[in-house]
Amino acid sequence: MSLIFYLLAVLTVAGGLAAVLLKNTVHCALALTVAFAGLALLFLNLDAQFAGFAQILVYIGAVAILVVFAILLTKGSETPQGGVFSRSWLVGIAAAAAVFAVLGWAVVASAPRLLGAAAPAASANSTTAANPAPAVTVEQIGRALAGRYVLPLEIVAVLLTVALIGAVIVAMHEKEEAK
Amino acid sequence: MIGQITPLIGYLLVAALVFSIGLAGALTRRNAILVLIGIELMLNAANLNLIALWRYGPHPELLTGMIFAIFSIAVAAAEAAVGLGLVIQVHRHARTTDLDAINRMKG
Repeated sequence: MSLIFYLLAVLTVAGGLAAVLLKNTVHCALALTVAFAGLALLFLNLDAQFAGFAQILVYIGAVAILVVFAILLTKGSETPQGGVFSRSWLVGIAAAAAVFAVLGWAVVASAPRLLGAAAPAASANSTTAANPAPAVTVEQIGRALAGRYVLPLEIVAVLLTVALIGAVIVAMHEKEEAK
Repeated sequence: MIGQITPLIGYLLVAALVFSIGLAGALTRRNAILVLIGIELMLNAANLNLIALWRYGPHPELLTGMIFAIFSIAVAAAEAAVGLGLVIQVHRHARTTDLDAINRMKG
């Protein structure tokens, strides 16, 4: 495990924690951007360049801006009376802790098998040597998207169109009383 | 295995932690936009799992996990647009985004 991974993990987790814990909603959106950037850097660290830059473009470029617009349109930056957390916050924390315990236990318990699947002929100490970076070019991704995965690509295109029209219709100001 | 964290286990643990943080945020915050932020964090944790298992899996040249993550990012963008549109419409209708105050199905 390299130092870069620990730095990026700490950045991502700190951004996520700040995004759910801060009181001001705008600060939460900015912390969410930090978490997205940390995840994008983790993708780049995993040699997934295309997914990393897609993450930066889509999440930091579009979703974070959408969140900020929604906060400003709903005046959500004002801290409400009675705190920012729900009345049933203890149940939520307990459920999240239980989920993390189960996930962490599952990952740690399956560690030897995961290692066996990843590097069948290598020891744990030489993981970088046993796992050379897969040489994936954007051309290969494009060929896969246009060849083997062309049907999901078309469905995603339809889904994005429907979501765009649907979001506009849902958020459009309807003045039916005035008619 | 104790004291020796392989890269794949590290990434999976980080993804589990981010997922739990997102779940805690979605379950405990009162503002509907913050609930959506929690859901986005959970989706991103799933993407990190997909990419990590693609990278350290047996056949990275097949690009399955990578393509799955790219489609997941596209679907998450659509979900964010529709969800935030719904929040804006609910705010227009109920004059609040406080989920504890929105407790009636019939407006």
